[in-house]
Amino acid sequence: MSRLQKIFAQQKPILNVYCTAGFPHPESTMDVMLSLQEFGADMIELGIPYSDPLADGPVIQESNATAIKNGMSIQKLFADIKSFREKIHLPVILMGYLNPVLQYGFEKFCQDAAAIGIDGMIIPDLPDAVFEKQYAPIIKKYKLDFIFLVTPETTDERIKKLDRLSSGFLYAVSSSATTGNTNKLTGINAYLQRFNALSLHNPVLVGFGIGNKEMFMEVNKLAAGAIIGSAYIKAIRDAQNVNTATKSFLSSILG
Amino acid sequence: MTDSKQFSFPDENGYYGQFGGAYIPEMLQANIDKLQKTYQSILADNDFQKAFHTLLKDYVGRPTPLYFASRLSEKYGTNIYLKREDLCHTGAHKINNTIGQILLAERLEKKRIIAETGAGQHGVATATVCALRNRECIVFMGEKDMERQAPNVARMKMLGATIIPATSGSKTLKDATNEAIRYWINHGEDTHYIIGSVVGPHPYPAIVAQLQSIISEEIRRQLLEKTGDALPTHLIACVGGGSNAAGAFYHFLHEKKVQLIGVEAAGKGVESGESAATTFLGTTGILHGCKTLLMQTKDGQVVEPYSISAGLDYPGIGPLHAHLFTSGRAVYQQATDDEALKAAFELAKLEGIIPALESAHALAVLPKNKFKTTDKVVISLSGRGDKDLATLIDKM
Ligand SMILES: Cc1ncc(COP(=O)(O)O)c(C=O)c1O
Repeated sequence: MSRLQKIFAQQKPILNVYCTAGFPHPESTMDVMLSLQEFGADMIELGIPYSDPLADGPVIQESNATAIKNGMSIQKLFADIKSFREKIHLPVILMGYLNPVLQYGFEKFCQDAAAIGIDGMIIPDLPDAVFEKQYAPIIKKYKLDFIFLVTPETTDERIKKLDRLSSGFLYAVSSSATTGNTNKLTGINAYLQRFNALSLHNPVLVGFGIGNKEMFMEVNKLAAGAIIGSAYIKAIRDAQNVNTATKSFLSSILG
Repeated sequence: MTDSKQFSFPDENGYYGQFGGAYIPEMLQANIDKLQKTYQSILADNDFQKAFHTLLKDYVGRPTPLYFASRLSEKYGTNIYLKREDLCHTGAHKINNTIGQILLAERLEKKRIIAETGAGQHGVATATVCALRNRECIVFMGEKDMERQAPNVARMKMLGATIIPATSGSKTLKDATNEAIRYWINHGEDTHYIIGSVVGPHPYPAIVAQLQSIISEEIRRQLLEKTGDALPTHLIACVGGGSNAAGAFYHFLHEKKVQLIGVEAAGKGVESGESAATTFLGTTGILHGCKTLLMQTKDGQVVEPYSISAGLDYPGIGPLHAHLFTSGRAVYQQATDDEALKAAFELAKLEGIIPALESAHALAVLPKNKFKTTDKVVISLSGRGDKDLATLIDKM
């Protein structure tokens, strides 16, 4: 069983927390990961900063810009967290836009990620057709999970296809929007019920705009859990101490 | 014809050679998918074509003249023809595309239009067609560009558009494009994005190239009328994203005898670190939803470009141009700020025409090329210089 399969087998709501690598400080990536693990997150999603993050709202855009200023890159990230598996047992996935990954080299990226113990990746602007043709065999070769996004506008047929191409989980974007857009989750139940009717082979995590305990509880009724990004970035961006900020943030969600 | 198609149409997945495609997040999939499935039949439809050509004639003022510039020709010892896109309504070629796309938006039943703009010409052209066809219009423009192209900001407002400043990154065209795409992600259902150049995810590069191809369609006819031969020896156009160049090249792409020259902005010099010389400095990557040549760091971060001309201040080029460049079908040359300024003043003095700073880049390579007295050199004069008066006066 992969690390991701194991946590979903626990039959409890899964909380996946996103943070941009190299944010808020150049050397805070390990701190963030350790703090998330210590205070109850189930999964960690590390963002690879990019100059032009098209799917992101202002909060994550700003964290990307800060991280780039802090010198973060794929190269530095892999060096910084080289030995993270000595301390972190949670599943860790990488989220990044395609361009930096292509410049690093897709196969090298997968190889190096797998070598240090990364479990999978999300590349939101990688088209499924290109993935299928060129990259799926590489993902398989390095035993990584790859996660596609779906939205309320995605057709049933396409959801099934993206589910088939994904492993680990399927990322259900809460509404057709950029990240951090705190909507009221209108229509979320009908949307999530659609997944259940399709009998997908992956568990579904809901992300984009999930920012508090009520929302987390709400989506857990029908999905396997949620992904929180912008709200966590906001909670730690001005914090003196990442560890205490993470503690109070996670207790507000899980407590 | 297969040979010509290699350049004028992308393959069914939207690729020109190895460049193009649609590298978009799932949130844009529904809209892009709809466009991909319908654009060809909409553009080819008789009613569409009739409405498009009627508006181009009666509203835009097409055909634009192909003007034999005798004093400029004399100076460079050859025959220079200027394709007068500067005489289009609103002052640049950009309106050829927006007329077509507003008709497309009507057929897609979208009530709101968004656009990005650099020089403001595409923004003005979009605001204009929105007024004409009664559509809500939102234009994204880099904060820095709002300052240097202030007259166009005022024009857009007068035309009823809402301007949203892009305050991220270099605060220029790249960032305005990011903001427009993000807005589209958030309002996809009722909004059509009129992209301003031959860039973006498939099918945008193909749509914009087809709509702008009216430029070369006219050049062929006009040159034949004037000289008895439809083919120039050289065709020169500036390249920001590359829409006026794509339109001017389009019907000559398969004519190997015609030398195609794109001119990109070298800013303060190609090696200065302050330029927008994409083919010279760029490498293959993904920008704004397509695979193309772009200026980037080794880590894949997009480099903030620089040019005196807001319309050329873009770190990428359209995938068609990336393909023309790598295949060698077209050559790309560079002109600095200073060379473009000099060319702008020269055209004003010799021909009584004040060009846009973008178009001045195309003129600026005249001294860098050797022409025969029998050559026929067509230059795309993509726009007029009214919007650049403040910059030009400053340099007088
Ligand atoms: C007059 C003029 N020419 C050229 C351009 C560059 O665009 P493109 O390369 O798409 O023709 C612009 C862009 O704003 C423009 O206003």
